[in-house]
Amino acid sequence: MNLKDLVLRPAFFICAGIFIGMLFLPQTLPVYQLMLIESGLTFAIMGLGFNLLLRYTGLLSFGHGALFATGAYAVGMMGRWFPDLYRIEILIPVALAASLIISAIFGFICVRHTRVFFSILALALSMVLFALLVKLYDLTGGSDGIHIDLPIMFGKSYDGVKRFEFLSGGYYYFLLCTCTAATILMYAIVKSPFGMALQSIRDNEVRAEMIGIRVRRYRWYAFIISGLFTGLGGALWSFVNGHVSPEISEWVFSGEIVYMTLLGGFMVFVGPIVGSILFTYMKLYAISITQYWMFIIGASLIAMVLLLPEGVAGGFVKLFARIKRANSTGVR
Amino acid sequence: MENWIIYLLNGLYFASFLFLTSLGLSIILGVMGILNLAHGSLFAIGAFVAAWIVGSFGDNSPIAIFSIGLLAALGISGLMGLVLEISIIRPMYRRALEYQLLITFGALLLIEDLIKMIWGGTAYYASKPFSVMGALSIGENLYPFYFLFAILISLLAGAGVWVIMSRTRLGIMLRAISMDREMAQAMGIRIGRLNTLAFGIGAALAGLAGALLVPTTPALLGIGMDPLILAFIVVVLGGLGSLKGALIGALIVGETRSLGIVFFPEIELPLLFLIAVIILVYKPEGLFGEK
Repeated sequence: MNLKDLVLRPAFFICAGIFIGMLFLPQTLPVYQLMLIESGLTFAIMGLGFNLLLRYTGLLSFGHGALFATGAYAVGMMGRWFPDLYRIEILIPVALAASLIISAIFGFICVRHTRVFFSILALALSMVLFALLVKLYDLTGGSDGIHIDLPIMFGKSYDGVKRFEFLSGGYYYFLLCTCTAATILMYAIVKSPFGMALQSIRDNEVRAEMIGIRVRRYRWYAFIISGLFTGLGGALWSFVNGHVSPEISEWVFSGEIVYMTLLGGFMVFVGPIVGSILFTYMKLYAISITQYWMFIIGASLIAMVLLLPEGVAGGFVKLFARIKRANSTGVR
Repeated sequence: MENWIIYLLNGLYFASFLFLTSLGLSIILGVMGILNLAHGSLFAIGAFVAAWIVGSFGDNSPIAIFSIGLLAALGISGLMGLVLEISIIRPMYRRALEYQLLITFGALLLIEDLIKMIWGGTAYYASKPFSVMGALSIGENLYPFYFLFAILISLLAGAGVWVIMSRTRLGIMLRAISMDREMAQAMGIRIGRLNTLAFGIGAALAGLAGALLVPTTPALLGIGMDPLILAFIVVVLGGLGSLKGALIGALIVGETRSLGIVFFPEIELPLLFLIAVIILVYKPEGLFGEK
């Protein structure tokens, strides 16, 4: 598909419209709403990475929280040990490098298995990181975690600025642009020959191997790319949250990542994005109305798996397809 | 030297309830192909039931009451397992892996808050049976009789599962399902009912394991999380659907943990995973796995 075809599709106009609309959110939304959106956007970057494994490679990771934590902790530990280098243009590459290392190690081990054993391994490895984050108190702050200061962004210091001012100002646009770039990049990856190779592995491992694809190595590459996106999400999230603690490496958070992706609909490219923003709102709402919020999340999850397995975005796509079909048969 | 013996014996206690937890997980995974993330919550239910019973009635004859607590934990967790299977797991067999995992994850969240609703957020102590039983002296060290009791119970339960699996019609049918589901169905085995039963057995074992833990550790929210993760390692180490694998895997994990806590507390968990990774690289099906 060349660029002209891509730009002339209605989906492109919808996405461009949403992007332009989101440019004006800081002026229209109250700050706490904006912070929720920002948190959702960072989860969206992570969800895109997660879905590269789930949708396009056929591997369900139950340990992506560890990769998210890697990005977030890279920022936190830079702030703690190298305060002179606390600039966002240095922090993000550092976080990416840390995610690269961790996901290369995790991936190398995990891709030795597929299906449920892959999930168990990813989960188990994420708990190793969790244990290390809790136990290496001197290095990571233990279960207290690390406070995240506001970084210097492109030469501009935010010393003395309140966090919400920082978040509703330049950082929002930085985050929005990063998220958009990540989305476009991921779209390019899944449409590239590499992405196609991954899908062929997902569909039939034996055939993929027969036509010369190095199955295990491609899975490893996919894991690393997925880890990079997830780590980027974690690094960006740490500034929004203002604090990192080991809970994001625990497997319960990894389970929430799976839920976000399936809530949006993992068979649709934008599903994880929709899902993460929806989930952020849903969780906050559940926490604000009852102390038994896990009950609500759990019940909604079970209801979704039973009743709407294709997720929200997936449900819309299906609905549109049905309308389209009804129209075309009507014409005939 | 005597210290070493004590550490190894402590490891045996740890291995005993880990063995039961992973055996239950392994049965469910082997027979139904479902990784039960809510297994730790069933473990927690067992722990809370036993701790509550011992704490409320166990003042006069703690050991007898604790035995009742064990049975009650076994029964209630097993019942919970049956309810779970019938209500939400059953529609999942034909679905993709992600839905199967996600639905047990949902069950986990539900049960954790259910426990919070029933027993509140406070800790339940049931150390009476532990202190009443006294201790055996080995050289200069003491070894609690309760540990021996727990090891005995878990060996008995393991033997019970072994008898069911290898000597009864039911066990043969269950093994047939785990080997080849469709063929078993074609031979006229009623898969649906047996799935429910297998899930119930697995859940009951988790509940029993949880009950065995409470005399040494108070029942707290989230008590089942650690055993669940360790049971995953045991299943990976020992191989799927093998009783021997669960036993040996639990011993490896239990002993490593017990020695690790003494000698290298910081890296005890990473070390376990290192062992798991080495075994996976050289023998991907686990030490005693089929295939």
